[in-house]
Amino acid sequence: MSRKLLLEHINVPGINTLDVYRQKGGYRAVEKALKTLTPEEIVEEVKKSGLRGRGGAGFPTGMKWSFLAKPEGVARYLVCNADESEPGTFKDRYLMTHIPHALIEGMIVSSFALGAKVSYIYVRGEMMPQIRILERAIAEAKAAGWLGKNILGTGYDLELYVQPGGGAYICGEETALLESLEGKRGNPRIKPPFPAIAGLYGCPTVVNNVESIAAVVPIINDGGEEYAKIGIGRSTGTKLISASGNLVKPGVYEIELGLPVEEFIYSDEYCGGIANGKRLKATVAGGSSVPVLPANLTLKYANGEPRLMSYESLSEGGFATGTMLGSGGFIAFDEDQCMVRNTWNFARFYHHESCGQCSPCREGTGWMEKILHKIEHGHGSMDDVDLLWDVQRKIEGNTICPLGDAAAWPVASAIRHFRDEFEWHIKEPVKSQQQNYGLANYANPIEKAPVTEEK
Amino acid sequence: MLKVEEQTPVVFSSELLAKFDDIKSRYPEGKQKSALLPLLHLVQAEYLWVPTSAMDQVAAYLNIQPIEVYEVATFYTMYFLKPQGKYALEVCRTGPCCLVGAEKILDHLAHKLGVKEGEVTADGLFSFRGVECLAACGFGPVLQISPEYTFYENLTTESVDKLIEDLKNK
Repeated sequence: MSRKLLLEHINVPGINTLDVYRQKGGYRAVEKALKTLTPEEIVEEVKKSGLRGRGGAGFPTGMKWSFLAKPEGVARYLVCNADESEPGTFKDRYLMTHIPHALIEGMIVSSFALGAKVSYIYVRGEMMPQIRILERAIAEAKAAGWLGKNILGTGYDLELYVQPGGGAYICGEETALLESLEGKRGNPRIKPPFPAIAGLYGCPTVVNNVESIAAVVPIINDGGEEYAKIGIGRSTGTKLISASGNLVKPGVYEIELGLPVEEFIYSDEYCGGIANGKRLKATVAGGSSVPVLPANLTLKYANGEPRLMSYESLSEGGFATGTMLGSGGFIAFDEDQCMVRNTWNFARFYHHESCGQCSPCREGTGWMEKILHKIEHGHGSMDDVDLLWDVQRKIEGNTICPLGDAAAWPVASAIRHFRDEFEWHIKEPVKSQQQNYGLANYANPIEKAPVTEEK
Repeated sequence: MLKVEEQTPVVFSSELLAKFDDIKSRYPEGKQKSALLPLLHLVQAEYLWVPTSAMDQVAAYLNIQPIEVYEVATFYTMYFLKPQGKYALEVCRTGPCCLVGAEKILDHLAHKLGVKEGEVTADGLFSFRGVECLAACGFGPVLQISPEYTFYENLTTESVDKLIEDLKNK
């Protein structure tokens, strides 16, 4: 069994309540941080831990914190990004539902480290049940003196509020999130200035993902150096992976970074293999925005070495033969899935979610959706594949925020690795409406679970 | 004025206004516009949609222009700008849910309720629509029902039938 830092007590009855959470050692990190550490020392521990942002970008959290401007007499804010909307990702919902106090504890420690007196948790609006859970947990924590005025008699004051979104994927982008929190449309801001200088209400602000903030708790309890011992290379610690698609056991798993991808998919400790005895065709390893890979490149590098679940290993080979860890949204496609249909589905998603601010994204995502719809429904021509490639090239890198790239990459990678399947849809317009292409001829998936279990 | 379906102007209850006050107190002085999204959710929970007259009153309450409310209400997908069924069913239609049968659930709902996406059943009880990823991909297909946003996971056509019967008899 791998080490669990965030989900260790997930199955303890009542762990969503303050009492049980306390019995399992909860809020120790708040005591330690507020009574024995200075804000600078906490930032230092987070730097030492090597923790990288768990929302998708993977930027070192400690470094992000150290960029925060601290002008005299100006408020500073910590905003938690709980706008989890990346298709394939549902770890934050899981964590907030079952262990809300882990996030609240992390928020208190992190707010103290950053000097924030008011902090917000921006939760996507659809998660009303989770908003109710968090508000109840905050009330419990406040009644017990973990929030409010003069916490633990240290003179530190903190108010924590939950803010609902309104249903917009774009608000997961940190500057769009801040706009939304200010009561506006979620249009991303032009950077610089970065939120660390001018964020919420123009004040210095740090925006961190739910899982990043929750990870601060074990880092403070055990020390940054201990945390950095887990994992592999620059991918330190544990990561929550949301596993979905055609798997025997989809769900949220906490893994030590560096776990072989093959073990993650096929071992009974994790996903237990592909559902219904089918074979793996392709995966999207880090949420819908990262490149899709055929089964063979998912499990191994182009040179045949095994691929691991880590930031570096998943991106080995660049976009030619690799992908990204992203938010850890792991989607598995079995041999019956149609890559054209799925790519069309994702393109529709990005078209729907584009905020409309930048022309390449606003227009380009619509073009991609239309072209893919045409190919999927048997009306495509060979020129369409090239046109699709051309459109995605013109979106990537030409927009204010990364949504443009996120829309372009799934299309580009699908053409790169599954071009045969796109061409088959065009050459066989009738047949492709009645049956699926099946396994790509260059995917070389594993027949049955080959991993031997550790005893 | 925003061109939407209109009814007689709504009047906010004192309970609703008390909730408004509580939310407004969460933000610094002069930044009360931050309350806009939460307030619109409260309005929708009360009326099951967001009438224009309610938007105008929210604007007045927050001391902002009506257009600032309209542009937000039309940008975010959760706000209904026309009346829905008493139970507005929203089914996730994004990639991972489709791998496990979400499209079949949407087709089934249209058939079962006898209405198209976005329409309300004759008895006023139900409407449905496909929405983008609800962040529950491992438990798909999923649907949620506003205004409580209760969640139903691992849907089958049978479980959807049962859910609809249960709601009818509620």
